[in-house]
Amino acid sequence: MNSQQSVKDRLTKKQRFNPELKGKGLVILSAVLIILATGAITIFLGQKGLQAFFINGLSPLEFLTSSDWQPTRAEAQGGPTYGALAFIFGSFAVTILAALIAAPLGIGAAIFMTEIAPSWGKKILLPIIELLVGIPSVVYGFIGLSVLVPFLRDTVGGLGFGLLAGMIVLSIMILPTVASIATDALQSLPQNLRDASSAIGATRWQTISRVLIPAALPGLLTAVVLGMARAFGEALAVQMVIGNARSIPSSLTEPAATLTTIITLNMGHTTFGSVENNVLWSLALILLIMSFIFIVIIRYLSARRKY
Amino acid sequence: MKSIKKLLSFTFIAVIISMMAACGNQDGNASNSSNNQSDNSGTEGSIVLSGSSALQPLAAAAAEEFMNANTAAQVQVQGGGSGTGLSQVSQGQVDIGNSDVFAEEKEGIPAEELVDHKVTVVGMAAVVNPEVGIDSITQDELIKVFTGEITNWKDLGGADQEITLVNRPDSSGTRATFVKYGLNGAIPVEGITEDSSSRVLKLVNETPGAIGYLAFSYIDDSVTTLKLDGTEPTDENVQNGSYPIWAYEHMYTKGEPEGLAKEFLDFILSDEIQTDLVPSQGYIPATKMQIERDAEGNVTKK
Repeated sequence: MNSQQSVKDRLTKKQRFNPELKGKGLVILSAVLIILATGAITIFLGQKGLQAFFINGLSPLEFLTSSDWQPTRAEAQGGPTYGALAFIFGSFAVTILAALIAAPLGIGAAIFMTEIAPSWGKKILLPIIELLVGIPSVVYGFIGLSVLVPFLRDTVGGLGFGLLAGMIVLSIMILPTVASIATDALQSLPQNLRDASSAIGATRWQTISRVLIPAALPGLLTAVVLGMARAFGEALAVQMVIGNARSIPSSLTEPAATLTTIITLNMGHTTFGSVENNVLWSLALILLIMSFIFIVIIRYLSARRKY
Repeated sequence: MKSIKKLLSFTFIAVIISMMAACGNQDGNASNSSNNQSDNSGTEGSIVLSGSSALQPLAAAAAEEFMNANTAAQVQVQGGGSGTGLSQVSQGQVDIGNSDVFAEEKEGIPAEELVDHKVTVVGMAAVVNPEVGIDSITQDELIKVFTGEITNWKDLGGADQEITLVNRPDSSGTRATFVKYGLNGAIPVEGITEDSSSRVLKLVNETPGAIGYLAFSYIDDSVTTLKLDGTEPTDENVQNGSYPIWAYEHMYTKGEPEGLAKEFLDFILSDEIQTDLVPSQGYIPATKMQIERDAEGNVTKK
């Protein structure tokens, strides 16, 4: 009687709490939390980032077009000025330069792994490239500072610190992103593209360059843009090798600064609510807007993918 | 399957609760992590210090000694920079805010609400790469070097090397002090900018023709320390007022300190700490200064 009762209880209980509903609720909760977090960050950054213009009355045009950054200059010497053009330029410069190196290398490695030596290339090269992802950015920065900067100083000249060092460190950092996504893009191409190409007498290189790369182009571009997004937001490694000078560099060997490096350099020293602090939030807002733009580009490219 | 779900939902709730707890903690006056081991003598409770990275090593060392003497007390020392320390203490998030600069010098800080405790003094000196070949500089020359009027060391009787400036970030306390008292307010031209003192040391040591500025506690034999107008940058010369580039390290409290915060400040200003721990960490005891300086930079004899 007793055991019958308990079995009955369990069965009815199970029916009361529908597992389907429970699972659904859990999943919806996670989705809502993620949306809330993203929304909250966007609203917070938007509000903080615009304070410099609405409350402190800085001119947004001057902020974006002037490269005169003197946040602590005394009134007697002309007062503080906040022009972020040099940092915006620095961010774009290192990002584009790093992509110029990482894109051919990463796509080349992807072609090697999928088309030239699919079996052992993937067994050896892919783990090596993926290993690069796991190295923390501070380690890249430290290697850059201890090895790359002195090397550049002795061979190329200049101080060693500068766009060139930043570009090399960043390109190694984004290489695995580019390579692994490009590999996916090439792999998802149907086999009959290759077969058809061979059937009409194309060589292997002709197949790769005239058939496979054009067919996988949106995916390959997605790989490069994702890599650029990572390069744009990287702070620590870049800060250690770029030299953090506040002027627009006239050559690759001159020190420069990026949006992220200026934020990390100054955030701890400024007081909350001061103009100096608010303009750093404005720099952060630019970074957020840029990452939205990168996402829009990636969405656009993904929509064009055929395979 | 069911147990996995149960586990998942449990973890979920645990994460959310701990997140809420963490948020709630921030504005608490650090009294909730109370210590239960009351078997030993001394004060109970806990305080949090944050701010200046220049003062952090000393504050941490003093906190350790304080906790050895008062095992029931918790003194937590965080970094974050002078701006963070001043902001957090004025908002009541920490008990003591450490700063390299006077609160009056920072925008957006209600300086009248804060009470200043000058716990120690830090001297700063210009340092150059050893190959530069000079060991003394006048203030006039120093200003010309940092404003870009002189660009080669041979103009100052040194080696034929281009001058490379190594700066600290605009808002850094070390930079503010060096600009104010070393360069008389002249704004340095662009060079390499580094946030940490140890990296400035490494850079000046490695880069030909480099000049930077460091607190005494960071300087070692790998760089050449420059005499300013013939005066050696030493603790004695700072104390008697003949060497001008130095700054107080401040510990700010919101209103007069009470309880554990007051005890800790008394401890750090005690003779035992000032004559023993402070010099051994490379700082100059505030109690031994023969001169005094206010927020405007006016110097008076003590």
